[in-house]
Amino acid sequence: MQRWLNREGSAYAFIATYAVLFFTFIVVPVAAAIGLSFTFFDAIQPPHFIGLRNYITLLTQDDTFMRYVLPNTIQFAVIVGPGGYALAFFLAWVLAQLPRLPRTFFALILYSPAMTSAVAMAVVWKTLFSGDQTGYLNSFLLGLGLIQEPIQWLQSPQYLMTIMIIVTLWSSMGIGFLAMLAGILETNPDLYEAASIDGVSNRLQEIFYITIPSMKPQMLFGAVMAIVGTFQAGAIGVTLSGSNPTPQYAGQLIVNHIEDYGFLRYEMGYAAAVSVVLLLMVLFFTRLASRLFASED
Amino acid sequence: MRRTKKHNWLRRYTGVYNRGINPRGFHVSQIKFYILLLPLTAVMLLPIAFIFSNAFKPPDELFAYPPRFFVINPTLKNFTDLFSMMSNSGVPISRYLFNSIVVTLVTIAASIFVSSTAAFALSKKRFKLKQTLFTINTVALMFVPIAVTIPRFLVIERLNLLDTFLVHILPVLAMPVGLFLIKQFIDGIPDETIEAAQIDGASDLRIYWQIVLPMIRPAIATIAILTFQAAWNNAETSTLYVNNESLKTFAFYLSTLTATTATGANVVAGQGIAAAAALIMFLPNLIMFLILQGQVMSTMSHSGLK
Repeated sequence: MQRWLNREGSAYAFIATYAVLFFTFIVVPVAAAIGLSFTFFDAIQPPHFIGLRNYITLLTQDDTFMRYVLPNTIQFAVIVGPGGYALAFFLAWVLAQLPRLPRTFFALILYSPAMTSAVAMAVVWKTLFSGDQTGYLNSFLLGLGLIQEPIQWLQSPQYLMTIMIIVTLWSSMGIGFLAMLAGILETNPDLYEAASIDGVSNRLQEIFYITIPSMKPQMLFGAVMAIVGTFQAGAIGVTLSGSNPTPQYAGQLIVNHIEDYGFLRYEMGYAAAVSVVLLLMVLFFTRLASRLFASED
Repeated sequence: MRRTKKHNWLRRYTGVYNRGINPRGFHVSQIKFYILLLPLTAVMLLPIAFIFSNAFKPPDELFAYPPRFFVINPTLKNFTDLFSMMSNSGVPISRYLFNSIVVTLVTIAASIFVSSTAAFALSKKRFKLKQTLFTINTVALMFVPIAVTIPRFLVIERLNLLDTFLVHILPVLAMPVGLFLIKQFIDGIPDETIEAAQIDGASDLRIYWQIVLPMIRPAIATIAILTFQAAWNNAETSTLYVNNESLKTFAFYLSTLTATTATGANVVAGQGIAAAAALIMFLPNLIMFLILQGQVMSTMSHSGLK
């Protein structure tokens, strides 16, 4: 015991605070979500076990989930996830072609949307997309003669999803983007020279045969950040439209569905089941990304 | 072969010298990238420019028809209005701001301590669970906090943290990305440096404090920024876990402002105040990043996930 303490004790002491916090606020909530998903729990009576019934209801009887929430989430995730990720990589690659000073300047502009907070941006979007003729977008389009009367941008099911996607893409050059930029800058210049001797002739070939393979770890980090960011961004529809559920469920994503059932209807067991489905979706997409960018060694 | 001086400038801008990744200077092949980036960044900058412009607009410009994007007669009226306001429940705005500042500072300090000590152990110490713990943390990189809001609420309720100051701080501290980035950065410190200190009889605490910490300043700057964004921009904690109005944060106050403007109540007074508050929310983010961006970039080159 004494010897163990001497050898490993200090390591555990160093890691203890983080481990305790990690366990309390990440491991326990995830475990609790999984546990609660098999119960009926209304936050008043103690939860009682109902087996898989929540999941069965979710798959067979939750009309809103199947008709709106799931298709919306998939549409949003497919465009914002891979779309935002590809955009981030492309812009990082473009930036890497510039000298240091302009590169830093543009990187700062591209990154700055990612550091805005949702609450501060809600003010901006609500003013820019305001539904009457004094709204900036309406006034601009009216002035150009593109529309005849003001459009209720944030309240109309037709436009809400598009605006959500644009707004999220706008703020998607985050930490993953910075990681990929750093990764591209660090690729070994000799490789490009060797490749040009081997017959790699254009920049696109260069990207696929040299740049991406030599920065796979950063690509994977960027991918994980993109996936997490996409699902974490799910609250945007409710923020923009100001209501949960969003108008005619047009911007309803899985995250809003959890909140709807958990905090508005107090069906916490059911909400937990939806949470588990969300976590499984994240896990699935991350697995997919690691397949794609697994390092050989 | 000696190049003549006369043609040097031409070679510089058209030859191979400044082409490709991370060039040292300008080259004609870069023009296409500028043509792409300039309009794109200009459009992306518009909402940010709007935060600044709107915050200084006098009432007649805020409600002008047709609306004007940029301010003409800037005024500080929105800010003086903001600070003379009381929230609906009678808490002065300065109180929210004070809470936010204290919460953010304490969270940053605690987060640096918690993550860097753990990262030091995971990177440089030998112990049985090392690999397992690091793998668990890497899996947790894909943790989506918003998914487990409800179980988190139950945990916080059990721990009697509802309506306390600590509830703003503790849940933010376990930040897998932060630990991951610092650990990767410490991996870059040669083991020999640590071993040499051990031979000299330095304790682990001393090695951590006098050798590791000074060498990982960029990683610490990065974790400071990430924690800052997580803490300063956080409105959910106040909404979900805090009922006592005098313990809520500025981000929360701003979220109530947009909620009231949406329903139409308080529109005239609300817009100017909300615009000023939005600028106060955004500006520290920008300043932090401007100061620390070099450090962040050098940390990110260690960010690879294998």
